[in-house]
Amino acid sequence: MQIVVLVKPVPDPAAGAERLTPDGQLDRAASPAVVNANDEYALEAALKLVTAHGGEVSLVSMAPAAAPETMRKALAMGAHRGLLVTDDALPGACTLSTTRVLAAALRDLEFDLLLAGADTSDGGAGVVPAGVAALLGLPYLSYAAKIEPSPDAGTVRVHRIAPNGFDVLEAPMPALVVCTQALGEPRYPSLKGIMAARSRELATKGLADLGVSSDEASGAVATTRVVDSTTPPPRPPTRVIREPADEAARQLVAFMAERRLI
Amino acid sequence: MTPPTGAYRLSDEQVLLRDAVRVLADERIAPRAAEIDRSAEFPEDIRQLLATHDILGLPFPEQYGGVGTDLLTVCLAIEQISRVCATSGLILAVHELGALPILLAGSDEQKDRWLPDLAAGRTLIAFALTEAEAGSDASAVRTRAVRDGDEYVIDGGKRFISQGSVADLVVVFAATDPAAEKSSRRLSAFVVETDRPGFAVTRIEHKMGIRGSPTAELAFSALRVPASNRLGEEGDGFGIAMRTFERSRPGIAAQAVGIAQGALEIAARYARERKQFGRPIGELQMIQAMLADMDAQTEAARQLLYASCAAIEDGAGDAARWAALCKLVAGDAAMRVTTDAVQVLGGYGYIDEFPVERMMRDAKITQLYEGTQQIQRLVIARSLLRDS
Repeated sequence: MQIVVLVKPVPDPAAGAERLTPDGQLDRAASPAVVNANDEYALEAALKLVTAHGGEVSLVSMAPAAAPETMRKALAMGAHRGLLVTDDALPGACTLSTTRVLAAALRDLEFDLLLAGADTSDGGAGVVPAGVAALLGLPYLSYAAKIEPSPDAGTVRVHRIAPNGFDVLEAPMPALVVCTQALGEPRYPSLKGIMAARSRELATKGLADLGVSSDEASGAVATTRVVDSTTPPPRPPTRVIREPADEAARQLVAFMAERRLI
Repeated sequence: MTPPTGAYRLSDEQVLLRDAVRVLADERIAPRAAEIDRSAEFPEDIRQLLATHDILGLPFPEQYGGVGTDLLTVCLAIEQISRVCATSGLILAVHELGALPILLAGSDEQKDRWLPDLAAGRTLIAFALTEAEAGSDASAVRTRAVRDGDEYVIDGGKRFISQGSVADLVVVFAATDPAAEKSSRRLSAFVVETDRPGFAVTRIEHKMGIRGSPTAELAFSALRVPASNRLGEEGDGFGIAMRTFERSRPGIAAQAVGIAQGALEIAARYARERKQFGRPIGELQMIQAMLADMDAQTEAARQLLYASCAAIEDGAGDAARWAALCKLVAGDAAMRVTTDAVQVLGGYGYIDEFPVERMMRDAKITQLYEGTQQIQRLVIARSLLRDS
């Protein structure tokens, strides 16, 4: 079974250095990059599926030219190869451009399942997977808590998180599945995985290689732009209760009751 | 050709491996450290974690299923783990120490027999040289191995053997020629499977630090091992032990640097947060001076360790000197830095609510084992006086 996972390098939320450039774009040089956390859940799900059913996992990303370093971390978790789409025309691209570029890159690939994270920690729009499915004409199975492919039947069954439990969906493959944390914690890369990742194929393509013109997808034709931004107010200082257990419990209960948490 | 100078620069690969171990240490090992110390039980879960993530496979060549890295990379891993838990860092350091005699002196057949399981972390190995009456004077070993046909019969005992009670294999150094003209030819090295009849663990020491690492007293009574378990030739034992120390002492230096770094980080964080006289104590110059000295000593020890690893890996003729230099400097740095960390934390440093008292207790062992600091000075001085 061939699985493609969409991954995006995002500023490391733990570094706390996310900031925008004066023209409202994310300043990617200001912060170390990591694989978007939701994409790691998708990758973990993909790796488990190929362990169970055989096959390979490929990564596809649209990102700045420095992304291979971040993609290597995803390869170290066990992905077999990666494709990075990067182009000088792409910085500032909107979700529509991103969707068109990814769809163009995926047209050249053969896969049974296309997995994506629910959203990214930088942009957070959460619409790219749906857009890709629409452009490629793929069944779109969102908010998966469980993914059960039947390679022989050529179908996939997904438990979709619903307000009252799960919806069970079935679709023919290839299909796009949006992954959630319910699929399980991503693995730590093993040291051998890190070593092996260095020799795995990581191809790079530009817009021209995909036959996409900068009129269709680029920063210049962005359909959205950031006009203003405000930093969230700083969190009030943490209150630490250092009383003996009985008194601490009383104060904790009072604290939560004041806020109607209990 | 100019002799190796210890010039090094961390490769991209080394940085990646180091950072991966650091993440694992911070997220999975650090939360266990206090309990490992308190319970004084060998952390089997951490051993499994290190095996699963190939960390125990670092010192082994790829052909045996290991990661096949160099000495510096092994030390980077020991350092990162020891930064949060010295006991856990020691699991890798002892595994390497025990395996080195096989890596250095084992035949192809012996390597095929033992290394794959060791590299995968399925088996653990310990190193048994020290005896009650043979510590710094390693050639005074009294344990005897007597040839009997295709076997040797080993009688005697060992003391202070790290992981001796949890290892599947123990490299035992025993006298095969007690009356040898040269004392360095008295000993031979044997790989002993610990399930053989005649092998017994007779005591686990109660220790000041590295409390989760079982330190065992071993007794051998008519313990029979096949001659094919002997490493090298009869009489090679002492030389094998000394060559082992050239590569294992940097591991202890790495443990020491890690402990120092861990204590430094906690002391610096505490100095930012703890307020006295209406301001953080980090604004007090006396605290600043302590922190600056701690950082300088830790970094100096680290740089000497990395340089030593590079020189040893490059085949330095004075490898024993490099190994002794880095272990001496790092062990002393760890002791000073952890002692000062307790001082920065004041009363809070003296109680087990903060980890620095544990780190101070753990640091002390790095001045003692794999050769006391006095033995390191002896090695360095001999090298110096021989060469000049």
